[in-house]
Amino acid sequence: MKGIYLDHAATTPVAPPVLEAMLPYFSQLYGNPGSTHAFGEKARYALEKARETIAVAIGANADEIVFTSGGTESNNTAIKGIAASKKRLGNHIITSAVEHHAILNPCHRLEKEGFEVTYLPVDKNGLVKAEDVAAAITGKTILISIIHANNEVGTIEPIAKIGAIAREHDICFHTDAVQTLGHIPLNVDELGIDLLSASAHKLYGPKGVGLLYIRRKTVITPLLEGGGQEGNRRSSTSNVAGIVGFAKAVEIAMAEMATQRPRITALRDKLLEGILGTIKDTHLNGAREQRLPNNINISFSGVEGEALLLSLDAQGIACSTGSACTSASLSPSHVLKALGVPPQISNSTVRFSLGRTNSEEDIEHVLKVMPALVERLRKISPLYQQAP
Amino acid sequence: MTGYSEKVKEHFHNPRNVGTIDEPDGVGKVGNPVCGDIMELYLKVENEVIVDAKFRTFGCGAAIATSSMVTELIIGKSIAEARQISNKAVAEALGGLPPIKMHCSVLAEEALQKALDDYQTRKK
Repeated sequence: MKGIYLDHAATTPVAPPVLEAMLPYFSQLYGNPGSTHAFGEKARYALEKARETIAVAIGANADEIVFTSGGTESNNTAIKGIAASKKRLGNHIITSAVEHHAILNPCHRLEKEGFEVTYLPVDKNGLVKAEDVAAAITGKTILISIIHANNEVGTIEPIAKIGAIAREHDICFHTDAVQTLGHIPLNVDELGIDLLSASAHKLYGPKGVGLLYIRRKTVITPLLEGGGQEGNRRSSTSNVAGIVGFAKAVEIAMAEMATQRPRITALRDKLLEGILGTIKDTHLNGAREQRLPNNINISFSGVEGEALLLSLDAQGIACSTGSACTSASLSPSHVLKALGVPPQISNSTVRFSLGRTNSEEDIEHVLKVMPALVERLRKISPLYQQAP
Repeated sequence: MTGYSEKVKEHFHNPRNVGTIDEPDGVGKVGNPVCGDIMELYLKVENEVIVDAKFRTFGCGAAIATSSMVTELIIGKSIAEARQISNKAVAEALGGLPPIKMHCSVLAEEALQKALDDYQTRKK
C-alpha cells in the first residue's frame, strides 16, 4: 500500500537534490570550517556560500544568519538571548497565545525569573490584532515575538503591521517563521523583522539544522558559549552537511514557490471542500483566507481526533492531531483554546498538511475513504446522534 | 503509532459489543476528566450473571480498545466476579498500553463499577 503523507507541517522528506548536495560533506569534504588548512577552507567556503544563499532568499545580509540546530533552539535563543541582553532596559515581553511551545515555554521560564509576559489573545480565526500589540507596549517592553503562521491552524499573522509598530516604538521584533520559510514570500525588511527563526526540515531539508536571523546591531546573549563560531552568537562546530542541505532546500523552495504554492493551495482547497461537502458536522479551524497554502485543520463532531488518525493510518494516510489524549500534557490544544474552540470539539480535530509529495489522486483517495471512517467512529460515539 | 500493541489495534479497528441495550439492568456513564474521553456501558443481567454488555465511547484508540475489551471480559461473569476486574486487568488483556494511555483503562474500570452500582441500586 502506497502511503499518503499529509503531515508536512510535522516534517518533510529530504529532497533528492538536497541529499545529493549534502553527501560530499560527510566523508570527503569533512574539514572543520574553523580550521586554517585546505580541508577547513573547503568546508568554510561551503558554509559561507550556504549562508549567502539563505540570506539572499530572505532579503538579509550573510552576517545576519546564525545557524542553529533547529527551530526550537532558534526560538529559545531569540527569547532568552534578547531577555538577557536587554534586561537593563526592561523586563516586558509581548507574545501571543498561539505561539509554539518553543516560544511559550521559554517565556514561562522568564516569568519565573522576574520578567513580565503579555500573551495577546487572538480572534476566532486565530489572528492577532496589530492594535492589541500597540496597546500592550509599555516603557519596559524589550521584545515582541509573534508567530508568522501558526503550525496547528495555519493562520498567517499580520506580521508587516506588527513589524511596523515595533519599529515605530524601537522595540526588537522576532517572528517564528518555521512554517513559512520556503512556503510563502518572506522578506525581513518588508516585514520589519529583527529576528527570525526557521528550520530546514520543514522545507525538504535535513532535520537538526535551523537558523536565527539577527538584524545587524541587534545584540543578543548566546545560549551556547564555547569556540565562538557563528560570530560569537552560537558556539559549536558547524553542521556543514546540514547547512549545505538547508541552503539547497531554500534554493529549491524559492525557485519552485511560484509553481508549488498555487498547486498545493489548489490541492488543499480540493481536500477541504471535499471534506466539508461530503461529511456533515465538520468545520474548519483558523482563517479561510489568511492561511498557509498547505494547512487544513478540521473538527469532526463526535469523533475523537486520535481515533480518526489511527483509522486513517490503517489506510496508509498520515495526518496529525492536537487532541488531548495524544499529547503528553493530556490537555487540549492551547491554540484551539485561544481560538475559542470548546474542549470537546478541540479533541475532535485533525490537521492535514500537504506538500510536494501529494498529487491530485492522493486527495481523491483520501476523500473516498474518509467518510466511512468518520461514520464508523460516530457509530461508536455517545456524542454523536446519527440521523435516521 | 503511539506504541499500541496489535491487540489494541485489533480491538480498535473491530470493537466488540458496540451499541446500547434497550431496558438495561445497569448503566455506567463516565467522563474522563484527564483527557475529555466519554464512555457509556450497558449491562443485561440474569441471575446475577452478566449476559450481555454494550458500550459507546468517544475517545482515542486506547479508550475504544479498552471499552471493547471490558465488555468481552465481563460477559458471562457474575456481578461479584465483574467487581474484581481492574483497569490493570483490562490493559493486560490487551497486551499492555503505552504509559501515557493507562488513564484510558481507568475510564473502562470506572464505567464498569458505575454500571454495577447502578444494577445493584435498581435491584433494591
